[in-house]
Amino acid sequence: MSVIANTWTWLTTGAHWSGADGVWHRLGEHLFLTVVCLAISCAIALPVAVLLGHVGKGGALAVNISNAGRAVPTFAVLVLLLLSPLGTHGSWPTIIALVLFAIPPLLTNAYVGMREVDRDVVEAARGMGMTGRQLIGRVELPLAFPLILTGVRTAAVQVVATTTLAALPGGGGLGRIITAGFRLTDTAQVVSGALLVAALALLVEGAFVAVERLLDPRRRRTRIADRKTGGRGPAAPAEAPAPVGSPA
Amino acid sequence: MAGQNCLITNEWICGEYVRTRGQELTDATLQHVGITLASVAIGLLVAFPLALLARRWRGVAGPVLGLTTILYTVPSLAMFSLLVPVFGLSVAVVVTGLVLYSLTILVRNILAGLASVPEEAREAARGMGYGPVRLLFGVELPLALPALMAGLRITTVSTVSLTTVGAIIGYGGLGNLIYEGMHSFFKAQVLTASALCVALAVLADLALLLVQRLLTPWARAGKRKKAAA
Repeated sequence: MSVIANTWTWLTTGAHWSGADGVWHRLGEHLFLTVVCLAISCAIALPVAVLLGHVGKGGALAVNISNAGRAVPTFAVLVLLLLSPLGTHGSWPTIIALVLFAIPPLLTNAYVGMREVDRDVVEAARGMGMTGRQLIGRVELPLAFPLILTGVRTAAVQVVATTTLAALPGGGGLGRIITAGFRLTDTAQVVSGALLVAALALLVEGAFVAVERLLDPRRRRTRIADRKTGGRGPAAPAEAPAPVGSPA
Repeated sequence: MAGQNCLITNEWICGEYVRTRGQELTDATLQHVGITLASVAIGLLVAFPLALLARRWRGVAGPVLGLTTILYTVPSLAMFSLLVPVFGLSVAVVVTGLVLYSLTILVRNILAGLASVPEEAREAARGMGYGPVRLLFGVELPLALPALMAGLRITTVSTVSLTTVGAIIGYGGLGNLIYEGMHSFFKAQVLTASALCVALAVLADLALLLVQRLLTPWARAGKRKKAAA
């Protein structure tokens, strides 16, 4: 039980929150890396996926790459990049590793979302004389939006988790509090760091769930319809693209 | 002689490293395989009753699925660190963490598999006098196998890759070598261990695919539906 008391003491000690090794600074690093990497990977993955989905080709490849990525340990990629010539360039190895791991869920979800748009609706829109660009902007994108957002959420949580691992090879972020705790054999600090990291990951997940609900009224309507017909929300079928990420 | 030099010049690919450290590599691989097997096996043992409970009572399904999803969100470094005060620096920390991660996908897929069993098959079995236990193991489980195996494959592959993070407490299998190599800038060790890790994941995936084919001979007769894994 002393672990809990010590952890509480650690967390409530002001000195642990300030300074270059303090919680605020590490949190800042963590959020900075997360936002930058998420922005880069969205900028790369989403246009490609939307285009592939619109054309309807190359998707199997995207999904397969995403599945293959699961077999590669995040930690190994981080260390490999660190030992490569890139390693001397500050946080670039971390950023590249994070982007690599964020792209698969973004790509898969956006592509599947675009493909799952009702073909009849697409045909009808085309029959109304919409150009390809209008079709993407007015029909496909809005309908694919929920799945695209799910992909962004998965990617965001994954990036938060991977940024934690960046601490192992000496990068920044909240994980540093944990690794420093291990080096000092300070269990209270290890547990405090772990709690902070877990809380941040859950917060990010929760924030995205809230945004999803706010931005997408259609989703709520289908959920109400689901309840009426007695359809069960969770327990996605095995072939659904639901959990594409793996915890890092 | 070139073989000797690659250790000194710190090349990425070094045959001499594999020759001289064969024992170390074997030990790490065995530890890796052991941790993965234990985690997946325990994960299955825990997930199966959970899925049955969730199927039996709707009220249980929500909390079980919600809780396992939340666990999935916790970064691995944090997960392992949080378990250290409970188990001390032991292999149990890594195995427990990995089991907790495996539950999300396993419970979901077992549930989905059981839900996909056609009602007619159940009725027929009941009509033949099958009790609930025989119905479950004789009819429902075999029919749920494709979804279950899809989940098992995802779980196994991600468990192999997550085991490496266990290096933080010294039980990371091949991750230990990566961790060590990182500190000493030993390129050959990092690359060899990483490659072995990926090979292990791919092999495990193929082995499970083979098991699935052997266990579901009827699936090959019909349209071969590729399980998305």
